[in-house]
This record gives sequence, structure tokens and C-alpha cells, in this order.
Amino acid sequence: MSAELFSLFYQFADVFAFLILSAAGLAIVFGMMGVINMAHGEFIMCGAYVTVGLVNLGVPLAVAQILAAVTAGLIGVLVEFLVVRRFYKRPLDSLLATWGLSLIVTQSMLLIVGSAVRGIGTPEGSFVIGGYTFSTYRLVLFGCAVAVLAGLYIIFMKTRFGVIARATMQNAAMARALGARTGRIYAISFGIGTGLAGLCGALYAPTMTLIPTMGATFVVESFVTVVIGGANVLLGTAPAAVFLAMIRMALNASYGQIIGQIGMLVAVILIIRVLPEGLSSVLVRRGR
Amino acid sequence: MFKLLEGPQTLGRGRLFWSCFVAVLAGALAYPLFADSYDVGNFAYFLIWIFMALGLCLMWGYGGMLSFGQTLFFGIAGYGYGVLAINMGGGTATIAALVLAVVLAMIAAGVLGYFMIWGGINGIFFGIVTLSATLVLAFFLGQTAGPEWHIGPARLNGFNGMKGMDPLTVGDFYIEGSALYYVMVALIVIVYLALRMLVNSGIGNVIVATRENPQRAEMLGYDVRKYQLLTFVIGSGLAGLSGALYTSWGQFITPSSIGLPAAAMPIVWVAFSGRSDLTATLVGSFLLLFGFQTITVYSQQAALVLMGALLLATVMLAPQGFVLGIGKLAADWWHGRRRRDDGAVMAEAGRLRSEES
Repeated sequence: MSAELFSLFYQFADVFAFLILSAAGLAIVFGMMGVINMAHGEFIMCGAYVTVGLVNLGVPLAVAQILAAVTAGLIGVLVEFLVVRRFYKRPLDSLLATWGLSLIVTQSMLLIVGSAVRGIGTPEGSFVIGGYTFSTYRLVLFGCAVAVLAGLYIIFMKTRFGVIARATMQNAAMARALGARTGRIYAISFGIGTGLAGLCGALYAPTMTLIPTMGATFVVESFVTVVIGGANVLLGTAPAAVFLAMIRMALNASYGQIIGQIGMLVAVILIIRVLPEGLSSVLVRRGR
Repeated sequence: MFKLLEGPQTLGRGRLFWSCFVAVLAGALAYPLFADSYDVGNFAYFLIWIFMALGLCLMWGYGGMLSFGQTLFFGIAGYGYGVLAINMGGGTATIAALVLAVVLAMIAAGVLGYFMIWGGINGIFFGIVTLSATLVLAFFLGQTAGPEWHIGPARLNGFNGMKGMDPLTVGDFYIEGSALYYVMVALIVIVYLALRMLVNSGIGNVIVATRENPQRAEMLGYDVRKYQLLTFVIGSGLAGLSGALYTSWGQFITPSSIGLPAAAMPIVWVAFSGRSDLTATLVGSFLLLFGFQTITVYSQQAALVLMGALLLATVMLAPQGFVLGIGKLAADWWHGRRRRDDGAVMAEAGRLRSEES
């Protein structure tokens, strides 16, 4: 009996980790700046490619993954400086600009790197509970997702940067008047967002085929999680991921992946009819 | 009714504009007499996509709803035409299949639009939800390779695409080559003129008022949601028309004409052309399609990189669109030379300014 229960938890944890890791970066950028980064999938791809490249050079996997996340974060700061910065007053245009960027990056990668790169295989290691075999790496991913949430909580609730960032989020003009360098806050937040995207790519790199269009695998999940999560990462994205993971898990188990994805989309479309502001609006209102 | 062909919502009026229109139309009609049939077929292929661009122009430029889901409805109608044409048999039934496929896309748009618009989804999320739906449809069709995925005798065939449907046929006559070209030209003229009348009519004014300020439009007594839904259904239906025509043109459709990067293409055409005017969209989309096709011969990736760069450049340098900007400059120069203090020019300029907010 406990083996079945653990198996259920394992499936839930697998989907939950995927949703949190792919959506966290997007949610931070949206929450802070009201901008949806359409090149999110390309930062995920960047993280995956850097990881695999470094591992093939002989760097240990964990180190390569951290370096990949940092690389994606630094590129994100650069992109914020060159492109995104101009569009804070025009969120729809930022959508188009980052989409243009995403097209350029994906297709250039196809031109330069070609369609497939030698992968690095999932780290071995599995354990057995009551006759079922489970992959350890999937649980590591779940641990990483929880760690990301905990890390974001600490950064945004317990540090000086977090206080200023939340002040900027609430009223940028007032924060600027009080001496906060909002431009820098935006750049750092964007960097954190893309860094998390890079981390997502780094963590999933061993489990999937590397192709320049791999970002598309993640965008639907990250979009729908942010859409029903709303603007708040901790009070929105996390509950949204729990909720969607339950639906997804139930459908995946009985009907397969693609029906799971369609079911998730249908659930999201039904939810936005009732809660257009996302789950976080309800939770934040309750909390007050 | 024909008075509505000109009005405050569309650029181009007076004898000069309509003379140009007739000249271009005459050129388009005479073209197959001089060109060889391969080029005529290619031209018909560009024209297929114009409907999708005009539909997005209506939704985005006039209605203020940025839909990333044009290829979703393109795909629904494209696959719909294939399934219906195979199931109903060839012959004149293909015309019915075309109409039904477009209706199918409009019903789908109505359902999706109802949930989004009545849910009060705003600009950014409207784009994201439509794009999510598009990508999910592309993923779904991509994994329908097995023989169990069929509707009647029509096999979906996964990434390899669906084939085997008849082209548009009347009796025993296949509408192909220059016949198809003339059908396309006729349809474009009808759709273009009908859209001009729509946006200059009372309904069009409410659609534009909703774009400018939904609250104010609502306070004036209009149920803006109904107008938005109408705009979304018409715009998506036009994408569906493109899809059904595409399938009948090549007797073939694959999921790759739905997913990324196909979904980005209508956005690039309309943004580059100038979303706030139908004529600019018509001209600009045609130019871009022509250029894209020319480069695709050498490298599809390079063509897509260029499209991405064009989108980025448009947003950063000319958010109103390049074709529209150039057209405005020419028109201002022309009017300014003839009557320096003409009020009409100011009215045009005012129309542009109000959209920037």
C-alpha cells in the first residue's frame, strides 16, 4: 500500500518539479516587471547546451549545471540592458521584441550547431520500493524545485535586495524617489529570471535530446502556470503548480502525456473564466 | 453602403487611391496572361496567407486584441478541410468542405474567445493563452502517427502530415493553377472591401472605441465583450480560410504549419506592415511573403532569422510598422504639397497619435 502511495507521490513530484522549474523564471520577470519573456525557452535551451558542453569537456555535472545557470543569468542581464529595458512602458511590445529574439536565437542555433548534439545520459541510480523501481534523479529534480522556491522566499523576503525589489514591484516611482536604483533592480531580477530558466535547462539536459527547438517543450507548461498563478511567485506560481500537477498526474497516468497536456490547457481555460487575475489574487486577498 | 468603403478607420480615399487600386487589380488579373503557370501557382501560394494577415490586422490593429493563435485556427480549418474532403468524397463537395472547415474554425474561435473575453483576460495573457492552445494542438497532431488516429478514412499521420484530399473542384473541373489564382484574387478583393466596410461601419467604430478605452466604450452603453468576440471570430475565421485554402492548394498539411515558428509569422507580417491599417497590411504582407519565399530557396533558417530580426527592428524602430510609416510620409508629403493647411492631414495624424497610448 505504501508503495502505491509513494508511486503517486513520485509521479506528482515529477510533474510538480517540471512546472516549478520551467515557470519560476518566467513568473519572476512577469511579477517584477509585468513583462512576459517570450525568449524564456531559449534561455532554457542555453542552460542545457552549456551544461552538455561543459560535461563533454570533463567538468562534473553539478558544477556544469551551476555554471550554466550563471551563464544564462549573465546573458539575461545583457539582454535586459540591450532590449527589454526600452519596453517597460509597453509590455505588449516587449512580448514581440523577445519573440523576435527567440526566433533569431533558435534559427541561428539550427544554422550553426545543427539539429542534434550528443547528449549526456541521465545520471544512473535508482531505488526500489515494494517492487517498483524509481529513478533517483527525478527526486533530485523535485528537491531542486523545492530549493528554488525556498531560495526565492529567502531572497525576496529576508534580504535587503528583496525589500527594495518588492517596493519597486509595488510602486516603482515611489521606490525611485526614496533612492532605490530601480533600473538595477530590474536588471538583476531579469537576470535571476533567466538564470532560473538556465537552471531548468541545465537540470533537464541529461534527461532529454538536445535540439535548438527544445525550449518549445517547456513554454506551454511555464505559460499556463504563470497565467493561472498570476503575478506572485510564492503565492501564485507554487499553488498553481500543485494544482496543475494533480490534474496532469491523474490524466497522465490514465491517458498518457498528450491528453495530460490537453487536459491541463482545458483546465486553465476554464479557470481563467472564473479567476482572470490568477490564483495569487485570491490568496493575497485572503491573506490581508 | 459603398460609402463605407472610405472612412476615418481606413487610409486611402479619393480618386487617386481608387485609381491605384484598380490599376493594381488590373495588373493582378492580367498577370497569368504573361507569366508561366509555375509562377502563377507560386503567386497563388503567397495570396493564401493574406487572409490570415488581414484577420490579425482586424483583431490586433483595430480591436486591440493581440492573438498569437492565427495558426491554431489555420490548422483547425486546414485539417478540417482535409478530413471533410476525404470523407465527403471529391467533386463539388470540396466547396462544402471548404465552407464547413471555416465554420469549424469560427466555432472553435467562439468557444475559446468566450472563455478568454468573458474571463476578462488582458492584452499579454490573451497572447499567451492563444499561443499555448496553438502549441498544444501542434504537439497533439505531431503524435498522431499511428494507424489508430484516423477520422473515417482520413489518416492524420503525425509529423508526416495529412494528404490525399482533393483540391477544390466544381463538377469535374479542378480549381488549380491560374483558375485557383483568380479565385484567390477574387476572394482577397471581396474580403478586403468587406473589411473596409466593416471597420468604417458602426460596428467598426465600436471595435476601435473598445481598443482605445474599453471602460469608456462600456460606459457609453456597448457590451464590449460581444464586439470583441465578434472581432475574434471574424479574424480567426479568416485564418481558417487561409488554412482550408492552403490544404486544398497543396493537398497536404503538417503540424509544422501550426507550431513555432509558423505561429510567429502572421505577427511579423502585420507588425512590419503596420497593424492599424488594412491596406498597409495587405501590401506589406505580400512584400514580406515574396521576400521570405525568395530567401527560403537558399536557407529556411536564414529566412526565419531575418523574420525575427525584422520583428525586433520593427518594435524598436517603428512600432507603428514600416509600410504604414512610409505610406504616411508619402501621403503627408503629397497632401502638404497641394494644400499646406489641410485639416484632413491633421485628422490622419491624430488617428496615429491616439494609438500610441
